Amino acid sequence: MTSLNHTTLQTRNLSMNRPFLAAALIASSALPNLGAATAITGSGATFPAPLYQRWASDFKKVNADVMVNYQSIGSGAGVTQFLQGVTDFGASDTAMKDEEISHARQNAVMIPATAGSIVLAYNVPGVQTGLKLSRTAYIGILVGGITKWNDPAIAKANPGVNLPAVPITVISRSDGSGTTAVFTGHCAEVSAEFKEKVGSGKAVTWPVGVAGKGNEGVTALIKQTPGAIGYVEYGFAAYNNLAMAALENKAQNFISPSIESCAATLASVKLPGDLRAFILDPEGSNDYPVVTFTWVLVKKTYGDAAKAAGVKAFVTYGLTTGQAAAPQLGYVTLPPEVVTKAMAALEAVK
Amino acid sequence: MSHPTKASGNFFTQDGKGISPLRLIRNGLLTGLCISLSLLTLLPLFSIVMLVVRNGLPLISPSLFTELPPPPGLEGGGFANAIIGTVIMVGIALMLAIPLGILAAIHITEYAPASLLSKCVRLVAKLLNGIPSIICGVFAFAAIVMTMHGFSAFAGGVALSILILPTILLTAEQALLDVPNAYREASLGLGATPFQTIFRIVLPDALPTIMTGVMLAVARAAGETAPVLFTALFSANWIHSIMEPTASLSVLIYNFAALPFDYQVKMAWSASLILVTLVTVTNVLAQIFFRPKHR
Amino acid sequence: MTLGEKSITTRLGGPANRPYRPRADLFRAACWIASALTVALLVFILGEILCKAWPAITKFGLGFLSGVQWSPNRGVFGVLPVLIGTAASSLLALLFALPLGLAIAIFLSENFLPRPVRQFIRFMVELLAAIPSVVYGLWGIFIVVPLVQQYGAVLADKLGFLPLFAGPTYGNSLLTASLVLALMVLPTITAISRNSLVAVPPTLREVSYALGATRWETILGVILPTAAPGIVASTILSFGRAMGETMAVAMLIGNSQRLSWSLLSPSNTLSALLANQFAEAEGIQISALMYAALVLVIMTLAVNIAGDAVLRRTQRSLVGLK
Repeated sequence: MTSLNHTTLQTRNLSMNRPFLAAALIASSALPNLGAATAITGSGATFPAPLYQRWASDFKKVNADVMVNYQSIGSGAGVTQFLQGVTDFGASDTAMKDEEISHARQNAVMIPATAGSIVLAYNVPGVQTGLKLSRTAYIGILVGGITKWNDPAIAKANPGVNLPAVPITVISRSDGSGTTAVFTGHCAEVSAEFKEKVGSGKAVTWPVGVAGKGNEGVTALIKQTPGAIGYVEYGFAAYNNLAMAALENKAQNFISPSIESCAATLASVKLPGDLRAFILDPEGSNDYPVVTFTWVLVKKTYGDAAKAAGVKAFVTYGLTTGQAAAPQLGYVTLPPEVVTKAMAALEAVK
Repeated sequence: MSHPTKASGNFFTQDGKGISPLRLIRNGLLTGLCISLSLLTLLPLFSIVMLVVRNGLPLISPSLFTELPPPPGLEGGGFANAIIGTVIMVGIALMLAIPLGILAAIHITEYAPASLLSKCVRLVAKLLNGIPSIICGVFAFAAIVMTMHGFSAFAGGVALSILILPTILLTAEQALLDVPNAYREASLGLGATPFQTIFRIVLPDALPTIMTGVMLAVARAAGETAPVLFTALFSANWIHSIMEPTASLSVLIYNFAALPFDYQVKMAWSASLILVTLVTVTNVLAQIFFRPKHR
Repeated sequence: MTLGEKSITTRLGGPANRPYRPRADLFRAACWIASALTVALLVFILGEILCKAWPAITKFGLGFLSGVQWSPNRGVFGVLPVLIGTAASSLLALLFALPLGLAIAIFLSENFLPRPVRQFIRFMVELLAAIPSVVYGLWGIFIVVPLVQQYGAVLADKLGFLPLFAGPTYGNSLLTASLVLALMVLPTITAISRNSLVAVPPTLREVSYALGATRWETILGVILPTAAPGIVASTILSFGRAMGETMAVAMLIGNSQRLSWSLLSPSNTLSALLANQFAEAEGIQISALMYAALVLVIMTLAVNIAGDAVLRRTQRSLVGLK
């Protein structure tokens, strides 16, 4: 796939509020006076759409002069529209390929805006919570090698749990999505068998199971089907009270997905100069393994000064005050050093 | 449609002894089966209506019709912009499809019923009628969204107009065919020109049936998701121009039912309720007010 | 619906030598242009889809139709399982809808119950056509999926030896989608079948009664056979409609491109595939989806032409009877 950045940092207990408040204060005092109403349109990834729309709505309240409209049309279409100049900003998760990046780089800046994780949610009769899945177990389930919940490979990591002899139904996404790309990217990284049988990408062919449209389709299927397991975004699983499996990470610890464990992963990632890092298999001992950044794409130079100021103000808002809304919607607040780097990159926009 | 209504027991065979009981029982059983199968169909319909009403009713309030949708995760607000968007897109569709459909119908019934072009039009109208609605969306996406670089209410309206053109054209054709030829002959006999005959005699007579077609078209267009999904997209703001992404009720249902937040899902149900009511009322009106005249 | 040759002279063709009337001529020209535009529209739609599909057509050729794997991440595109799913779900839907639709059509054209009751039922069936596809999908998720899941397991238990019920059972399956599709095509089947039943000349019925036949002997022996071509046409046209249904199917069929005999396993249809993958498609995948759209359009057009031909032959044969 693309370049990755593994960095081991000892995980710290992040107290996020303080640096953010400070950053928010600086940002709000630095907001330029924008004058007449400016309309800003953006489009792209569906994954962060609820958060961006929330930002747009909240931003309107503090800055009535700028109207932001974000459309979730998919990363691919979003990047294309941005490059064609149809929109003022784009949004992308993993969709940007190297050639697209180089094509876009002349006049585009990628800025990480939020992050999220993908979880394996399950519906196993009698196992309400606390299921642990080793790498062998979840890869085995996904490629169809493990077909019953009481398989020894699953039981090994779950001593004392009464696993039923129920057949496993794997639930996947039927539509092309960044979620699938991130999840299959991780699986293909950790398992050669998965890479060979399924591969990675936004739409893949799964050897077993049913597919639902969107996170909501997958969530509904998991709820309806006893014995189901499927991958959804953390926010969806949390909102729908789905049971989420703890996954074995590279350091061989079982980590439950949560805002904290994802923040741990983000903290251990070192962002390169172009702020583009794919976290396929993080190395930290408390890192949740399936985590991704998602980016907004802005132009280096806008012809229209009001537009440039508007886009800058909106993204600044998102990186500062807006980060507080992220956990409410199931996303992960960006670590302070990432915000600092992102704000620095935003400075280049004119 | 009239036929003998006597119960079958009144029939007699040639020897005058009446019909054997076996045949009567079979007759009765089949009648029972037919009636119960017909009533069985009502079951899923009631189930659908019940589900929509039960889930949609709790949220119905005036603010639903006057306010903007809430951002994800927050509550309150409404979907006034989606209602306006639906009205605008259906309006655009009607503005395109009504003239095209009715003029073409006049051509194929009044001016050149037997010409090759008219035969083609009839065939094409039937084929367009059978084209899956998602294809209308795919086409409008390729022809308008991709060339004009952006999603818009206009593109959505064009997609919907393709969807309803055959409905309007075919009902208008039927309406014109239903006008008795004696009217035309009388008009022409009195010295009216064909143009005068069409405008003064034929069209006024056919108008109620044509209106039925238009109403059915409105109902169909308002309920469709697939054609507007990739063309008009959605917007959380008020509409300022028909060249910008625009919300619609059907896409709102589709989008909001897909969110993990309770309130948005409830809004999707309320929108379903409003859409189903709207479509039903339109259908009822079309049936009550515009009955075919010459039957 | 087509005009008999005789009536043409009384339509408004008008005499050849007449004074010049700009308004009338302009109107006449506008009517001609509208007709031409309507025809051009279909050509334009087909052309546009063909153009966008061309890269995939040249790359995959006819192998696209026989390929069993659809893996956008590997650039492999084959729609055979989807084609089978499209045909199977539509046929199955017809299997459920035909007896029901026929029963309602007979019910509506006979006088078992008073006229207001019949009109009520007729309105209700027409209402089925008015309910948006998305609402059918939501209803299916809440009501039909759990039912199929529950009774599907029982079916698989009892009839598992048949390949149609073998293997694991799913709530989102071919069967679920077909059941909801059946409901969605019911209005089409009912309306056209009813029209052809009503069109049977009353004399035939009277003759049958006069010969001593009971009502059902008349229906089964005389009326249905006479109306059969119209019923066949209604079935064919409903088949076309079922193939094109998108939203409800995408929400219920399970969206899996794997070949399976079981009715209780997930499947996929062309229109659901389009709805699912269009948004995030890029490069050759867009073209492949356009190719799939082209296949869908050709299939529905062929079915509709066939249905229309049968319907027209029916009308002609009935004219002979009268």
